[in-house]
Amino acid sequence: MALLEVNNLDVRFAMRGGEVRALRDVSFTLERGERLGIVGESGAGKSVAAFTILNLIAKPGYIAGGEIKFDGEVLNTLKPKAMQSIRGNRISMIFQDPMMTLNPVLTIGEQMIECLKAHRRISRKDARAIALHKLNQVFIPSPEKRLDQYPHELSGGMRQRIIIAIALLLDPDIIVADEPTTALDVTIQAEIMELLLLLCEKHNVGLILITHDLGVVSQVTQRTLVMYAGRVIEQGPTREIINDAQHPYTQGLINALPQMATPGSRLNQIRGSMPTLTKIPAGCAFNPRCDFAANICLEKVPAFAHSGNCKVACHMVDAMVAGERWTPIITDANGNGATPTDSHRTEVNA
Amino acid sequence: MIAFLIKRLMHAVLVMFVISIISFAIQDNLGDPLREMTGQAVSEAQREVMRDEMGLNDPFITQYLRFAGNALQGDLGNSYFYKQPATEVILKHLPATLELVMASSLIIILLSAPIGVFAAIRPRNWLSRLFMGTSIIGISVPVFLTAIVLIQLFAIGVTVDWFPSDTTWGSVLNGMLSTDGGMPSYGRGELVHVAGTWSSGFFTADGLWHLVLPAISLASIMLPLFIRLIRAEMMEVLQSDYIKFARAKGIGLKRIYFLHALKNTMLPVITVGGVQIGTMVAYTILTETVFQWPGMGLMFLEAITRSDIPLIVAYLMMVGVIFVITNTLVDLIYGLVNPTVKLAGKPA
Repeated sequence: MALLEVNNLDVRFAMRGGEVRALRDVSFTLERGERLGIVGESGAGKSVAAFTILNLIAKPGYIAGGEIKFDGEVLNTLKPKAMQSIRGNRISMIFQDPMMTLNPVLTIGEQMIECLKAHRRISRKDARAIALHKLNQVFIPSPEKRLDQYPHELSGGMRQRIIIAIALLLDPDIIVADEPTTALDVTIQAEIMELLLLLCEKHNVGLILITHDLGVVSQVTQRTLVMYAGRVIEQGPTREIINDAQHPYTQGLINALPQMATPGSRLNQIRGSMPTLTKIPAGCAFNPRCDFAANICLEKVPAFAHSGNCKVACHMVDAMVAGERWTPIITDANGNGATPTDSHRTEVNA
Repeated sequence: MIAFLIKRLMHAVLVMFVISIISFAIQDNLGDPLREMTGQAVSEAQREVMRDEMGLNDPFITQYLRFAGNALQGDLGNSYFYKQPATEVILKHLPATLELVMASSLIIILLSAPIGVFAAIRPRNWLSRLFMGTSIIGISVPVFLTAIVLIQLFAIGVTVDWFPSDTTWGSVLNGMLSTDGGMPSYGRGELVHVAGTWSSGFFTADGLWHLVLPAISLASIMLPLFIRLIRAEMMEVLQSDYIKFARAKGIGLKRIYFLHALKNTMLPVITVGGVQIGTMVAYTILTETVFQWPGMGLMFLEAITRSDIPLIVAYLMMVGVIFVITNTLVDLIYGLVNPTVKLAGKPA
């Protein structure tokens, strides 16, 4: 049985104008020590998924259905106290912006020690020793001094190292990292990512890495989950997804990488933008932007189809594999081909 | 730290200088001090002689320089009415005002933090809505009106006969809305002499009892202001990433609210609050007048009606000193609470 099992998760936000469905039918698993990447555009529900695992979605958000099973326990029905003893202890989290994540009026030491004391009966002195040890593990220079410093005295990269040290403080089973390098300098990004990978491997910690950087995903993770408009649309081994994406959206994402473009020509892009969660199109949410959309895509939400080791939620996957990519797909009432996307198609598949 | 205090001292001197010039400049428009000092029997010629003797006919600059020279030696002149040094008169009235401000500040500090925090944590709770609604009223109603209403309700008492008193429900309602009154609303009550000019009402039941209504009415404007300020700041802080991170670390809510959030909330509150406590000294003029509280505010108002210029100038300078002191204290406290601020001279 997997360490973490998310089944048919449904998260909604009760807004004034009605309910907004942030996650629909999201399912995935994470084995002990496994590294899973969750990718998607902004607003796809990646962060909501991360916060939901820790049962930390803020009101008016709530879990409307599904379950999160961790080590045999169903997290979403746990009492607040029991959930609190899992957070930071067995599942910890790394946030996006290290400049905002540490409390500006408390010392680094205080913020580390309180975390240890929240989960273990431990003296301040012992807690400080553990904190120091963890700071050493993340290669912070003169860690003893850092414990008595305030966040504003440290650089962004240094702070993210400290946050990683805090996440590792209680030797968790899983770390959920929500875009841990987005707010950092490019040079620091690689350093931090390398450090995170190293520590996860060394301590056999499971990692859920949320990012929109496919390069990072391919370097760090073993499996990848692609999200679009609150749904998982493709999941499978990272290598297969990067090398042979099945879903048109994933293909588009990979084609959009700068290195995929012909030098001197425009970069590839997926036309249009992701729908807001209140205005998700009927059928497959990706259909307005999809070059392969057929009538069925406008009507029916695609179910997962197995394609090799991957699972893909796309009606057209078999057709695409069979090489029927160029037949007119959307037909009007008379059965004539009406593909409004010809001009873009050549660009995307160039 | 020392450098910071010296800098503040120089500020204080500058503030004193400006205040003294302004208050001196308006003295000509405050009326004729002789009218208050002398009776009908004194003739205009005699008054003119007295004016000459008091130096009131000298040019403004001469008068100011004379005043400033004396002031530097600690002599702010004699009050025309009390026939005593103005500083002494002020010092005699200062304790009453300070005690009133202290009592009000205590009410504000003890109530605003818990109420503000509660309203921020549970914004949809009916109690929070009630506090927020009442606080709007508190801010909008002027102090003197609050004071008069308090006196009517709790000192004089009201009898309500809006409902038929021959029915049970009517008399119960009437009884519920009526108040007995009987609370003291005049003066300071029984005092205990502490030291020098300081007689305190803090140490007797009667003295404390007399403090209740004036302190509440003085607090009535600042308390809602503080509640709203703390609530707004706290709500903003609770949205921040470091609070979410603290929750993700598995820290208990109590510690998150009262350490992580409150400490950050208090930073702007201390800044605004410190200035407001200075302002409260000024608000005492209204409260003290309504409650005949023998403090500086009441004294100042009387000094104005008597054109008692040395006393007016002394009062204004005293208030200036209080402002400078409170602001300095606020900056010191702020520097202690906020690690990102370094006071001049504090080692890094």
